[in-house]
Amino acid sequence: MKTDYDIIVVGAGPAGSMTACHAAQKGAHVLMIEKRQEIGASLRCAEGISRKGLEKAGIPIDKRWVCAEMKGAKLVSPHGYEMKLDESHAGGEVGVVLERHRFDKALASLAAHAGAEIRLKTAATGLLKEEGKVVGIHGMSFGEPFKLTAGCVVGADGYESQVGRWGGLDTNVKLSDMTSCFQYRMTGLRTEPDFCEFVLGSVAPGGYAWVFPKGDDTANVGMGVLGSRLKHPGEVKMYIDKWIKSDPRLSCGQPLEAVGAAVSVSPPVEKAISDGLLLVGDAARVIDPITGGGIANGCLQAVHAGQVLGDCFQAGDYSEAALQSYEKRWRDALENKLWTNWMAKEKLVTLPDETLDAIIQTLSQCNITQMSVHNLLAALKEKLPDLVQEFEEMI
Amino acid sequence: MSEAGWMKVNVEKCMHCGACAGSCPQNAIFLHEVILTFSTACNRCGRCVKICPVGAVTMGAKK
Repeated sequence: MKTDYDIIVVGAGPAGSMTACHAAQKGAHVLMIEKRQEIGASLRCAEGISRKGLEKAGIPIDKRWVCAEMKGAKLVSPHGYEMKLDESHAGGEVGVVLERHRFDKALASLAAHAGAEIRLKTAATGLLKEEGKVVGIHGMSFGEPFKLTAGCVVGADGYESQVGRWGGLDTNVKLSDMTSCFQYRMTGLRTEPDFCEFVLGSVAPGGYAWVFPKGDDTANVGMGVLGSRLKHPGEVKMYIDKWIKSDPRLSCGQPLEAVGAAVSVSPPVEKAISDGLLLVGDAARVIDPITGGGIANGCLQAVHAGQVLGDCFQAGDYSEAALQSYEKRWRDALENKLWTNWMAKEKLVTLPDETLDAIIQTLSQCNITQMSVHNLLAALKEKLPDLVQEFEEMI
Repeated sequence: MSEAGWMKVNVEKCMHCGACAGSCPQNAIFLHEVILTFSTACNRCGRCVKICPVGAVTMGAKK
């Protein structure tokens, strides 16, 4: 078996596959390893993504991995005020709900067709280093230890993000910048089949609860609670069970699948590269701190990663200096919005239920034509001037 | 309960989601598909106990 590659991608999620695909397209010998036995399973995702997000990453929508097409999104305040954002208002932000086990396999297929090699049930357990540079990985494949050398190792290992830390990159996240999540796939629901629903407030402290439709009367019903708001072990499951019981549209349903996860709601990593090492996707902490959505940002960042790695392959140079253009390109595309949304999140998590009620109630009476932080603040200015001023000072 | 260094994991509760692994400031937790292992780098900070969505990780007795 081959033991030397140009690029080794650790993790076959969307960001790993997109990186592998774009690098392989430029002729690099790419190996993508996945520690699990199946790409796209088991699920750790609410599966929502905007059409615009897919478009920006150059992924044409394919009916084979779209589970349900949405007409819009619905924000629900703690005491039940609703604000609907339909297609005409939210434009490209309105999305689809994916079938992740198919989506991830489709992106891995793109990587394979571009020439990347894939190995399953193969985990990296550490990095090989020479004179401070990353020169490969050691790991386990079907229980057998191995060593592989590479010009560059890509950490696409998701929230767990161990590759970066082995390489000396700081991917640590504060307790106040992570959410603990629990989700059921439920059937027999009486929720709307074509609106993604977001419930704000103390139902899910510091986070939100969601209903993302999966076709007919089935949906992903989940919630995320901010780490710094957790007091007792296992509280997230308690919060979600309580919420489902309290909502007759949900309590009539039955679960088909249960999923746990943690999601970072932090600013992006300060540094995503070093000599022979690059981070992409959740591992680089590019999840949107407001929505908790990570697929679109991860895929877009991975396009830049793959393209720059292709250039590095052609130049035969994977030094930190050579990888610098990746750092510049993804930050130009994503960093401002990530920081703005992180600051907005820091403010939002402090708001009591009554204020969230007032915000949603006010917004529901306005005609917002384009969803943006700027437009939302403008709409709120008249009725909640103090609050808007606080946000504006911060952002 | 299975003993894993200082920390205890209730394998009946654990959903192998990796929430604890990614939240560990010492990078001391490794998730082998469905099995968690804690390295000697663990300093009992307790963050994994907090972040686990189902309360599967608890503090064991200090050895």
